[in-house]
Amino acid sequence: MEEKKATWKELPEADVLEGGSSLQFKTGNWRSSKPLHHMDKCIHCLLCWIACPDGAIVVKEGRFLAINEDYCKGCGICAHECPKKAIEMILENK
Amino acid sequence: MGQNGKKVAKTGNEAFAEAMRQINPDVVAAYPITPATEIVQIFSQFVADGAVKTEFVPAESEHSAMSACIGASACGARSMTGTSAQGLALMWEMLYIAAGLRLPIVMAVVNRALSAPINIHCDHSDTMGARDAGWIQIFSENVQEAYDNLIQAVRIAEHPEVRLPVMATTDGFILSHCLETMEMLSDEQVRQFIGPVPARENLLSSLENNRPITLGALDLQDYYFEHRRQVAEAMVKAGPVISGVAEEFGQRFGRTYGFVEPYRLDDAEVAVVVMGSTTGTAREVVDKLRSAGQKVGVLKIRVFRPFPVEEIVRTLSPLKAVGIMDRADGLNAFCGPLYPEISAALYDEASRPKLVDFIYGLGGRDVSPANIEEIFSDLLQVARTGKKNFNLKYTGVRE
Repeated sequence: MEEKKATWKELPEADVLEGGSSLQFKTGNWRSSKPLHHMDKCIHCLLCWIACPDGAIVVKEGRFLAINEDYCKGCGICAHECPKKAIEMILENK
Repeated sequence: MGQNGKKVAKTGNEAFAEAMRQINPDVVAAYPITPATEIVQIFSQFVADGAVKTEFVPAESEHSAMSACIGASACGARSMTGTSAQGLALMWEMLYIAAGLRLPIVMAVVNRALSAPINIHCDHSDTMGARDAGWIQIFSENVQEAYDNLIQAVRIAEHPEVRLPVMATTDGFILSHCLETMEMLSDEQVRQFIGPVPARENLLSSLENNRPITLGALDLQDYYFEHRRQVAEAMVKAGPVISGVAEEFGQRFGRTYGFVEPYRLDDAEVAVVVMGSTTGTAREVVDKLRSAGQKVGVLKIRVFRPFPVEEIVRTLSPLKAVGIMDRADGLNAFCGPLYPEISAALYDEASRPKLVDFIYGLGGRDVSPANIEEIFSDLLQVARTGKKNFNLKYTGVRE
């Protein structure tokens, strides 16, 4: 069955949505390459966390934990910024 | 003259600045540009003197100034700015965003020619270029109107059925820098007339209520069209609101305004359509020609957006010939921007005048009574013969 979409009269004025709506928009499938993190080289400086434009670096108790692949677009900024080359970009289909 | 007003001598820029002081907006963000610079310069002195409670943001460009107004307005702040020509052009993408997000920003615009060649004087190419941006546009004939229009603009923009940004304009130098006698309302009268900002969910209130909202999210094939349809509807609804605000303004302060202002049109056969400061000159010429027995008149357009189709049809359709005075060129190998809209408004009428476009006054080229007499002379011939030899004439250019 086709989804019932709101008409212009029913929609909230001016494209107002609930807060945090970007969580519903999983951008991970935009990726052509993805970051591969090497924990043995990581010094947990968290420069990757600071630089990531999508908040896709997951940190726990001040330490690098993982990359959230639901939102990582594969831009490679984390790999570029990492001073220890602990992140390498690999093609998505590898 | 109106009630309780104080007679003062003000330039257009001073009048705009005084209106802004009395409006006392929450935020003013601006960048200077001739001939609008003084508006915000004078206003910044009010800020420095503590005469207003405004948060003043001296931005690094007009793009940033409009962006700051958008951010502030999205937080529920009454936001204003002022600009001209290249400054308005630099605001370009943000103008559309202000309208699309339904933010009631009010802007004082001083009409000035767009470069190149660089020029600081009046024509309407800047504001005409912004005519489809979703902003309400109100043109002023004189300093009094500029002051009254800016005050009314706040009420129109913030009306819950409208919520669109408004620009009120003056003609560069002709009004912005010329001293005229005007009647100024008291601070209290303005405060009472505009009232507080109507309550509306905004970025700040949503955080305070712990129900944060997203404004201006990605809106693709499935929803963009519906949201633009809402903007179109808001522009339709702006019509009665503009009339209502003008009526209330008239009742309170004794000066009434319509979308258009006809002058000696009742039994006229020929007329010119004009916007802004040239209207006064056209009236002078009409009086002269009338005393010589010619049935001529003027239609001033005060509100250009929303476009006053009904008023134009009602006032112009009985005429034999009408000259559209366009103070901007369309550079389209056809005509200026005002001509096609008047033409389209009249097209379906059984009785309608012949229309001729006259592009005039570009870059501040003075328009004299003689220029307008020449226009009427062309139009009277069209009315007499029922035929026109040209669609477009450049009035006042050296051939």
